[in-house]
Amino acid sequence: MMSCTKMEERILAYVDGRLKDSERSETEKHLASCAACRVRVNEFRSVGELLDELPQVEPSPAFDVRVRARVAAEPVKQSWWAWLRPSPRIAFAASALLVATLWIDYHSTVIAPLIPPDEADAQMMQDISVMEDHDTLANFEPLKELPPPVDNADDTDDSDHQM
Amino acid sequence: MTRSDVQLMLDVKSGDERSFELLLQRYRTPLVNFLYRMVRSREQAEDLAQEVFIRVYRAREEYVPSAKFTTWLFRIATNLALNSLRDHRYQKLEMSIDAPLTDSEEGDERPFEVADKHPTVEQELVEEERKKMIRHAIEKLPEKQRAAVLLHKYQELDYAEIAKILSCSESALKSLLFRAYEMLRVELAPLVRRGKEAK
Repeated sequence: MMSCTKMEERILAYVDGRLKDSERSETEKHLASCAACRVRVNEFRSVGELLDELPQVEPSPAFDVRVRARVAAEPVKQSWWAWLRPSPRIAFAASALLVATLWIDYHSTVIAPLIPPDEADAQMMQDISVMEDHDTLANFEPLKELPPPVDNADDTDDSDHQM
Repeated sequence: MTRSDVQLMLDVKSGDERSFELLLQRYRTPLVNFLYRMVRSREQAEDLAQEVFIRVYRAREEYVPSAKFTTWLFRIATNLALNSLRDHRYQKLEMSIDAPLTDSEEGDERPFEVADKHPTVEQELVEEERKKMIRHAIEKLPEKQRAAVLLHKYQELDYAEIAKILSCSESALKSLLFRAYEMLRVELAPLVRRGKEAK
């Protein structure tokens, strides 16, 4: 037979209807023979009904607005691996860097082609004959003191006399 | 199809802000009611409920569905309410338990259903006195007992869940609830008797 102390553990579950069938029938057997526990069960039920009488409160209209504002103000968490995630800014910066590198590389090759030193010296030697007609030679002071060149016709006559 | 709380929370974890909005809509009223009955101040209850939602949002990245969402939610709410009551204990001690509730406290509560008959002024006064008595009886419960009763009666959580929220064993919770209902039975004795007479 169940004791009143054991009943104390079960009384709320019994009132709530949360007991297993076997526990419920055991509890009801006890209630059938114990007036004090029957009174308590009825009074616990009555207390439950009284608590139901309290009306519910509704949150104020500003409540949701305030929660949303606080959520929006929360800092975005950046994890250690966040930089690996696709980002338009990082993609743009990387593309721009790549284009700039390729452009500089291409133009430096066109402007200053790489010539081996020996080949460069040979090129300079070839260019000296071209420089004979250059202003530097024309304006060279010692050359100005020389007598003016003779005509081609005189050259022919002289050659004729010598012969 | 209605998504479960856990599914919504996992979606929030994946970055879906709309799922957080759905959780807010689902739990704003139960949370504010629970906290209001714990701390007896509408303003404070709303501040605490906001804090609960913010903590849930902040914890989204680490969320693991190891327990029911409501267990986690009301555990945060209970801890915040108990801490708040502790912080305001000195202030509370200065208030008389018999002092009339302020207008803001009284005027905040609206019944679930609008009565279809018009009660007389006397009936309204009797009804108001009755509600005041019930509110005071709940208020007089020790804080942990009060939390247990509110979670049991108004949130209809099962014993195992309430025990987890209050960090105690299930048998300790049953004992806690029994003592709380015993105290309510004594405090509300006049109403309990009247209730029995009416039946």
